[in-house]
Formats: sequence, C-alpha cells, structure tokens
Amino acid sequence: MKATTLNNLFSQFWPYTIDGLSLGAIYALVALGYTMVYGVLRLINFAHSEIFMIGTFGALGTLHLFGMPSNVGGFALVALVLALAVAGGIASGGSAVILEYVAYRPLRRNNASRLAALISAIGASLFLQQLFARLVIPQAFGLPKEKGALPVQGHFVHHTNVIHIGGFELSNDRLIVIVGAVLMMVALDMFVNRTKLGRGIRATAQDPETAVLMGVNIDRIVTATFALGGAMAGVAAALYMLRFEETRFDVGFLLGIKAFTAAVLGGIGNLRGALVGGIVLGLIEMYGSAVFGSEWQNVVAFSVLVLVLMFRPTGILGESLQQARA
Amino acid sequence: MSETAGVPAEKKTGTPVLELRGITMRFGGVVAINGLNLAINEGEIFALIGPNGAGKTTVFNVVTGVYRPTEGQVVFAGSRIDGKKRYQVTKRGVARTFQNVRLFHNMSALENVMVGADAHHRTGLAGAALGLPWHRREERDGRAKAEELLEFVGVARRMEETAKNLPYGDQRRLEIARALATDPKLLLLDEPAAGMNPTEKEELQGLIRKIRDTGRTVLLIEHDMSLIMGISDRIAVLDFGQKIAEGLPAEIQTNQRVIDAYLGVPADAS
Amino acid sequence: MNDTTNRNPLSRARDGYSSFFDTLRDRWATAPRWARWVVYLVLIVLAILLPADGVGSFMSPYTDWPTLLFFPIGGYILLAIGLNVVVGQAGLLDLGYVAFFAIGGYAMAIFGTKMHMSFWEILVVGVLLSAVSGIILGAPTLRLRGDYLAIVTLGFGEIVRIVANNTDYIGGPRGIGGIPHPPSLSEWTIPDNGFFDAIGIGGVQPLKYGALDGKPYYYLMLLLIVAAIIFAKRLENSRVGRAWASIREDEDAAELMGVPTFKFKLAAFAIGAAIGGAGGVVYASQSVSIIPTNFPFILSATILAAVVLGGSGNLPGVILGAFLVAWIPERIRGLQEYRVLVFGGVLVLLMIFRPEGLLPSRRRKAELAEGEGGMGGLGAEVGGPVTVAAGEVGE
Repeated sequence: MKATTLNNLFSQFWPYTIDGLSLGAIYALVALGYTMVYGVLRLINFAHSEIFMIGTFGALGTLHLFGMPSNVGGFALVALVLALAVAGGIASGGSAVILEYVAYRPLRRNNASRLAALISAIGASLFLQQLFARLVIPQAFGLPKEKGALPVQGHFVHHTNVIHIGGFELSNDRLIVIVGAVLMMVALDMFVNRTKLGRGIRATAQDPETAVLMGVNIDRIVTATFALGGAMAGVAAALYMLRFEETRFDVGFLLGIKAFTAAVLGGIGNLRGALVGGIVLGLIEMYGSAVFGSEWQNVVAFSVLVLVLMFRPTGILGESLQQARA
Repeated sequence: MSETAGVPAEKKTGTPVLELRGITMRFGGVVAINGLNLAINEGEIFALIGPNGAGKTTVFNVVTGVYRPTEGQVVFAGSRIDGKKRYQVTKRGVARTFQNVRLFHNMSALENVMVGADAHHRTGLAGAALGLPWHRREERDGRAKAEELLEFVGVARRMEETAKNLPYGDQRRLEIARALATDPKLLLLDEPAAGMNPTEKEELQGLIRKIRDTGRTVLLIEHDMSLIMGISDRIAVLDFGQKIAEGLPAEIQTNQRVIDAYLGVPADAS
Repeated sequence: MNDTTNRNPLSRARDGYSSFFDTLRDRWATAPRWARWVVYLVLIVLAILLPADGVGSFMSPYTDWPTLLFFPIGGYILLAIGLNVVVGQAGLLDLGYVAFFAIGGYAMAIFGTKMHMSFWEILVVGVLLSAVSGIILGAPTLRLRGDYLAIVTLGFGEIVRIVANNTDYIGGPRGIGGIPHPPSLSEWTIPDNGFFDAIGIGGVQPLKYGALDGKPYYYLMLLLIVAAIIFAKRLENSRVGRAWASIREDEDAAELMGVPTFKFKLAAFAIGAAIGGAGGVVYASQSVSIIPTNFPFILSATILAAVVLGGSGNLPGVILGAFLVAWIPERIRGLQEYRVLVFGGVLVLLMIFRPEGLLPSRRRKAELAEGEGGMGGLGAEVGGPVTVAAGEVGE
C-alpha cells in the first residue's frame, strides 16, 4: 500500500506541488495577520479566521454587484480579481479594526491577562461565525434561515491551463493566486520597512515601553497592525474565492489554525517567516495528502504544528517583527 | 588568595560548601562571566559585590540552575550541580531570593512559605486525593514549620495576609522565610536590603547573622557597603564578569583595583 | 491598584455584589465542621430530588428533564470540573478538552460492543486511557508558552475527531451503534406511596439502567460529579494545589522554590483528562450510539465558557457556570439556535467587564484583574521582547 501511494506522489509531483504552492500562498497571506498582531500585542488573534471569512463574503458580494459574471478572461479577469481583492481587503481590514476596538482594546485598557484576551478572542470568533450563519448569510443571499450554515458558491472563471511545459501545467487561477500573494508580500514588506508607520510597528514590536517613551502612539500602531493584517487576509480571501469558488460561515476555522501554524512554522512575528511557513505547510499538506489520502490532510497539518512547536518553537526563520529585514 | 591574621580561627577552617571552577557564561557574543573561580566556605557570610552589570545575578542564576554555564563546573557539597534542573538544585540545599521580590503575590504569606516547605514533601497525587495519613502529617508539619519560620523572620503577625498586601520590608523578609523553608545549606540573597530604611537594614543584619548561626552558609549580593562591611566574613568583587579581588572586608576597602572599578577607571589601566 | 472611590455606578454595583460573596466566603471559611457537613448533606438531598416532575415542569417544559439533567447539564458539570483542574488550578489553557471526552466515549463504545466488557470495567479502562492520552499529549507540549499550548491542544482535539472519522474499524463517520447500557445493579424500586410520591421520586428504579428512564443515569452522573468534586477539592487544599497556584503565579520562582513544575502541570493534564474520559464513558453508555460529530471543537469552547463564566478556579462557580451554559439554551426556546452566538458575545463581554466570572475564587480574581493570570500581561503595556529567554530570572 505504501509503495503505491508514494508512487501517487511521484507520478503527480508537479500538480501536487502547484496545489501546495497556491494553498501555501493563501496560508501565508492569512499568517501575516497572526504574525503582525502577535508581534505587536503578543496575542493570538483567534478571530483572525473570521476576519478571513468576512473577506470571502466581501469578495462574493462584490461578485454579485458585477452581476455574477460566469466566465471572464484576459484583462477583464485581472481587473475583476483586483476589484475582489480590494473589496475583500476593505471588508476584512475594516472588520479587523472594529474587532480590535470592541474585543481587545477594553482589555488592554484594563491591563487584562493574556488568558483573558485569548478567551475574548475565542468569544469574538464564535460570535462572528454565528452572526454570519444565522443572520448575515440568510439575509444577504435571501436564503431560509436554516440554510445559513451551508456553503455559498461563487464561480466566475473557468479554471484552464495557461502554461504547459512538458508535463508541467499551471492553471490560470493557481497562477493568479501565487503571483498575487507574492506581490502582496513584497508590498507589505516594503511598507513595514520603508514607511514611518511601518517603523512604528517594528519599534512597538521590539519594545512597547520604549516605543511609547519615544512618542509612538500605541493605539494608532495597533489599529494599523490590525488593518494591515486584516487587509492581507481579505486579499487572501479574494484569492481563495478565485481558487476554491465557495465559502461558508466557518471557512476560516481550519484555515485559520493552519495559517497560525504557518506563522509559527516560519517564526511568529517574522513577516518573511510567514511566507516561508505558509509555502512549506502548503507543500507538506499536499504531499501528505498524496501519500496518505486527502482525508488525512488536516491531520498532517496539525501534526506538523505539534512537531514544530515541540522541536523548534521559534520557527524556521526565528521570531520577531523588528528583524523583518533579516 | 589573601587570608591573613585577624580572622577567628573557626571561620578559616570551614571546608568549601560551594565551588565555582572556571565558570564562563556567554550569551551570544556577550560574556557575562569570564573564568570565575570562587569557593564559599561552610558557615560563612560571603558577599559578592561589584558595579551594576558586573555579572553578580548571573552568578546566582548559574548556581541555581537557571543558566547552564558555557564553561566550568559548579560543585555544591562535593557534587556537581551545573546542568541539574532548578528544583533539583533547590532540593539539594541551595535556595535564593530575588532582586525584584518574586513572591506568589496572591497567596497568603503562610502559603508562600508552605510552598517552600513542600520541596521536601513526598506525597503524590494519590496521597493528597485520598487524604492518606502521611499526607496529613506532612501538611501539619509543613504548616508548623512555616509558622515557625515566619516567626523567625518576624512576619508571623501577618501570616494570613495576601503577600502583595504586605509592606515592602515584610515582603523581603517573607521571601527569605520561603527560601529557608526549603531547608537550604546555602542561602543566596540578591540585594536583600534594597529599598529598606536604616532600621530595617539593621534588623536585616541581625537576621542574616541569625541564619548563619543556625548552621547555614549565606552568599549575598548587596550594594549597601556599610551592611556588607558589617556582616561579611569575606568578600569577592566582580567587574565585567571577572573577579578583580577577594578577601576580608578591610582588604577590599583599601584595594586599588576595587576603588578604580567603582570609580569607573578601565580595569587594565591600574 | 484599584481605586474604588472614583468609579461609575455599574462598577459600584459590581463591588457590592462581590463583597456579598466575599462575606459569604469568609463565613464559609470560618464555619464549624458540622455546619459544613449539614450544608453538604442538604445539597446532596436536593440533588437527589432534582429530577422530580414538579421541578422538571418549570425547569424543562420542552424536553425530558431527567435526561436533560444527565446530559448536557450533568455532563457539562463533570467536564467543567475536569477542565477547571487544568485551566483554573494549573492555569493551562486547553482548547481541545473534548478530545478526552471523545476518548472516553469511544472506549465505552469499542470495549462495550467489540470486547463485551462491562460498563464498570470500561469506566476504569476509559479513565486510565484518557489519563494516559493526557500525558502523551502533555509530555511534549507542556513546556510551551501558554498561548501556544492552547493552539496545540486545539489541534489535538481536531486530530482525535478526524482520526475517528477516518478509521473504518470504529465506524468512520457513521460512528458506533448498539453500545450497551450499564448492567442494572438492582431492580429495587423506590416505594410508590404518599411520601416519596409527594417529593416526586416515587416508583423510580434508581439502579436499573434501561432505555427509557433518564433518572438512573442522572444518579450515576451525580455520583461521578460528587466523586470528582471531592477529588478536586482535596487536591486543591494540598501541596498539589499549592504547587499549581505557585506555577500560575510565577513559574520560574516556583521551580526555584523546589516545585517540579513540569511534573505538576502534567499531573493537572492527566487528572483533567481522566475526568473528561469518565464523562465520555458514562455519556456513551446512555446514548447507545456515538458519532465523531458528537465531539466538535465547539464543545471544548462551550466547556471553557462554562468554567470562565462561573469563575475559573472556584468549584461552586464552575458548577454554576456549567449549569447555566447547559440549561439556559434548553429552557428558552428559540435560543437554541442562537446559543453559540450568545456564548461568543458573553465571553467577550465577560472578559471586558468581569474577567473573574460570576463566582470567582478570591485569588484568581486578583490575578485576572492584575494581568497576571498565569500567563503574564497582554501586549503593549507590559510585554517584553519575544526574544527574552523563557528562563531569565532576576536582573
């Protein structure tokens, strides 16, 4: 049995690799949000997965605005993906800022414990999921209430192979996902390293107390961190819709945990680590499901999480946002 | 190094209870301690002094197992303790206090000390869950011992109070009681007089002597020179992680290198 | 630290509420031994009378009250007591607690249907199995930072569920059916006459575990709950409880005072797991069949919500929390659907306004208010650089 399944991996190596890369690219974008918030606040933003979920619905809503085009191509496709990414980014970035304002900021004011903050995050996560399942989705899509928990489709482009080189094939959606994610990572990296706000974020991550003494406005930094991390998740959500074409109220749950795994894998707090962690996790997951069967994909991912935390809790590239350059 | 006349004979003859042999501690590129040799004799009060950042607390952390030294050995009561787990070091008879008081703030003073006393208790889960006789006996003994120690350091009146509500001086004394409850042969005190007023310092001197008189060895870090000179049998001076002097209080007071170190003259200039 | 003179009416009202319970707690702490026993006895008698129809008609007009008392109410209470050992006592955040409940449940199902062992044997085996899996999970992960531990345990909970779902031997997604009930201990019937009838338990066969009557299962659960309470309470008041408290407050200092912190954290994990496993065994023995979706993440979150709502670290609070979390959605029709929505919102509000829960232990309350809570403060105000070594002490 083992031999045949390994065979499966080798005979289909490129398709699995491409799938792993495109999945990993999405993980990486979502992981950025975890990594930035953890870097600045030492908080696992458990509700970040719901920020992603809101992004998928932001993108889906926009698709409806454009009259649900069934198959676009060429420049129209690029423009549409851009529009969805902007919509997802705004929806997610905005709700991340609101989330911080409602669920975390009062706790920071009270100087609450990290346990309290994490529990608040879990509460916010459950609340947002259910809000969508019970109210938002049925309302927005005119569904009966009990159908709010079912997946909602959003198909707008035929997935066709655009690159053939020998046995190597790459479809349009996977290509856009990988390119889009890399562009966003580069943009964020430049933002954090080249702008004043970015320097503020790094300074706060390094040493909050000194940053305050140096005149950094912590609340502004925190808001910016949530907005940026949320926007990245929103773009990831738009790419996710392009790639997988459906979403639902708990789409973020597993994806969020895996993105967090990716963040830890790369070294939490480290922006480039999120990219490396996301790609590595995406590949491991896909290769793992090639060998063990796709029903074990999630077990593979969680096992990676446990093993990483056991043997290298500071991740592949090491921790800390202030060394984002490294 | 320089043991001369004027010291009572019994204090010289003590055998080393703690020996640091060639201890070096590096953090990345920073050398916090460099080739330190130190021998603390049984029953003495030994002071470790030096400017801020000289590596004194790092010495404590190496001795108590918080850090594993990069090089060298720590020998306590004849056997090596470097590389041992922190609680094992404590069980063997080394206890400490902290520069910034680190009590269990929300537990009562009595409970704080009982945690220390538990270090030598052997009841496991089953014993505690079933309320077995030896568990009850240990609880009773631990409590009695804790009360006795609170009396000894002078915090008995407030033993039911939450630790964080105690006055600062009492917190420091409570920390000493908690450390004593683990039954140490060697007690490490990290700046015990910090933040105390002159009367409290006076009492502290008495307390430290009392502790020594119960047969324990005391190693302390302190900045208050009059306290140091008043109670120490011997003193070692650290600067930039190296021992620059060791000897009797009178010798240290007149040592040129020590004076330079405190005045900030570079070590190689003297 | 807290300036009580200059605050709004809401917080003053809260202070009044708190001081009422503080007074009650002080009374309790100084009450003579016999008085406490009287209270215990009264509580047990009340618990025995609880499934009576008269109570049920108010408490549960829509579903069978004794069955509801067995699960979710009794089940949640037992699980909350177990999780409280881990979260409340040792200060370790476990987000995958449902895994141990599942392991107990599957132990009952597998050993009951495939090996034909009896309920009582399986109860022992299931508890041991859960405790061992707690140790297997804890041994490699308990050295992690608190929030990392939370995520790893969450992952473990998911792994257990997915493995159950993917393993044909234990029925895959269809689960296991035909799980035997516990063998009846006795056919004895409470006399169906005036007195017992009047208090509502006449005609009950409390030791006969059939398919219809929920009361015997409730009594079985009650027995486990009482045993778990005694167990947990004894530990809390021993060196074990002191060690947990010291770990929560300052792990480094605890270790330097001779507390083998890792061993005690592992013990907390194993005990929590064992209690969760016991709950699973009893649950499966009543419900005839179990499927993987009986053990979702949301159940872990719900039990955690119960512990935190009631007052993490304080047993009466935790029991109250579990009761409310299990009962309210059943009692208020229509709320069932919005149950999780409300939980989520309540958790956030609770953390903002009353992080110590409804009935906090005094010590725990202080910890949460101060931002110690076993895990240090949150972020910007107090956080140090991530790169600081975990074991750094002193300077």
